[in-house]
Amino acid sequence: MIEAYNLGQKYGGRYVLRDVNLKIGRGEVFAVIGPTGAGKTTLLRLLDLLEMPASGKVHFDGVDVTSSGQERLRVRRRMSFVQQKPVVFAMSVYDNVACGLRWRREKDEVIRQRVEGALKLVGMTDYRDRNAKTLSGGETQRVAIARALATQPELLLLDEPTANLDPVSVSKVEEVLAHIVGEHKMTVVMATHDMSQGQRLACRIGVLIDGRLLQVGAPHEVFTSPQTKEVAELVGVENILAGTVAGKADNLVTIAVDGGAIEAISHYEMGERVYVLIRPEDITLALSRDSTSARNTFRGEIVKMALVGALIRIEINCGFSLLALVTKKSAEELNLIPGRSVYASFKASAIRVIKRWN
Amino acid sequence: MEALREGLIKALQLIASLDPEVVEITRRSLAISSTSCSLTTLVAIPLSSLIHFTHFWGKRGLISVIQTLYSLPTVVVGLLVFVLFSRAGPLGNLHLLFTPTVMVIGQVILVMPLMLGLVISALSGVDKAVPETAISLGASRLQMGLITLREAKYAVLTAVIMGFGRAFSEVGLAMMVGGNIRGFTRTLTTAISLETSKGDIELSLALGIILLLIALAINITVNRLQHR
Repeated sequence: MIEAYNLGQKYGGRYVLRDVNLKIGRGEVFAVIGPTGAGKTTLLRLLDLLEMPASGKVHFDGVDVTSSGQERLRVRRRMSFVQQKPVVFAMSVYDNVACGLRWRREKDEVIRQRVEGALKLVGMTDYRDRNAKTLSGGETQRVAIARALATQPELLLLDEPTANLDPVSVSKVEEVLAHIVGEHKMTVVMATHDMSQGQRLACRIGVLIDGRLLQVGAPHEVFTSPQTKEVAELVGVENILAGTVAGKADNLVTIAVDGGAIEAISHYEMGERVYVLIRPEDITLALSRDSTSARNTFRGEIVKMALVGALIRIEINCGFSLLALVTKKSAEELNLIPGRSVYASFKASAIRVIKRWN
Repeated sequence: MEALREGLIKALQLIASLDPEVVEITRRSLAISSTSCSLTTLVAIPLSSLIHFTHFWGKRGLISVIQTLYSLPTVVVGLLVFVLFSRAGPLGNLHLLFTPTVMVIGQVILVMPLMLGLVISALSGVDKAVPETAISLGASRLQMGLITLREAKYAVLTAVIMGFGRAFSEVGLAMMVGGNIRGFTRTLTTAISLETSKGDIELSLALGIILLLIALAINITVNRLQHR
């Protein structure tokens, strides 16, 4: 459907996007995930042909559409782009949603049907005669989505569709998006900094960090098997320990890290420089050593505890620093308090080992 | 002081009785200024959109020049138009000097920079995301320009009214190229100038009051628009 080849963009001599190669198939929902300033918006703008890339090409349906001219308008009319902070025009909600159709010179009857359909889809039918400038953030976002959908685009581009929205609006907007994705089989490329949103909505995820597409894959694959330290940090691996492979027996390796040795399953050879990745939710805490069968058990002292939603995030110093997530209930049962000694354990199979370049 | 008081009373009588000469001069002033203002608007809106939406070398410089010409002296435009249309001038064979037509031409030149500049700043005042959004929704360049103008409509309307005000209240140009011919090219401003020098204070005052009232109406309209 849409393909990017070595796509790059620079603003004021500085690259904000470099060598992005991407193929998105018809009907696919693709999420671009990355921190703020990673180049997600730039990538979407290039795909929507709003900007000319500094390098590389964009193909739409196999045709190179990078070059300027009437062709770009024609192709752009087959897509829709919902910007991160959408602006609505100073006219009624209905007229806002009708804009794209009027510009395409659709018949009045078609416009009426499509606008009403789109408003219904986002649950804004009752607002059709309201001045769009008077809407709240969540309502504005939904009008922007309706406006983008009314033209029945083959490709829908969404830039942080739920950033700056309150939790209720977020779930409403996500509901609408899930519905579009499920029912209308539209091809969607969405940018988000929220990993969980990507997991909920996308069938494939691309991690964009510092202008580079570092990893592309199914959400669970990116989530469980990040390939670089940056991706690991983004997908919520909070324990990233630098180490060196110090022992190897079949697939079981011993990795020397600063302040301890960790056993993991990995193919890396002796002397290889690696990162050990452990998700905080994979670490269990106990008061005695023998209550666990896990291969890695470390005695340490609780340094800090903080409430995160329904969970408690505990920082333990066991020679090296470990972050663990436990439920409030188990923290109470174990009577965990700062200064207390605990045993932190995790299975060899819960650990990901990736190569370290520095 | 006595003369002024008496003059004022007579002036109000002239206005209240709809004195034929007063009415005729007022109508001509309005007709000439609104014609020139309309013509200027027709050129200024597309031209300033073109300047605003295209990137070219020297754009900033051009906008500075346009803004400098806001205060273009009316007599300089008068001189320029006079030289162009005088019998010996390049356009002399059109025999337009001392006609309402040439006054309109002069006012178009006079008002153009002001209107261009104000429409450009009206467009610059619109959120950059508006034209971008339009483009992403499949607008052509023309459709994008139109929606941006629509978003700036109050500021654009203000520009037009300001242009009308400048045309309506100027005297130097009307005098130089119109010639203040009674019943043909005499306007409110040129009539005031002449009648005052002739000593007919009452008529001058009456015309002056009308001029001020119209200027006041323009001001009120602009103010209301700017607070929308």
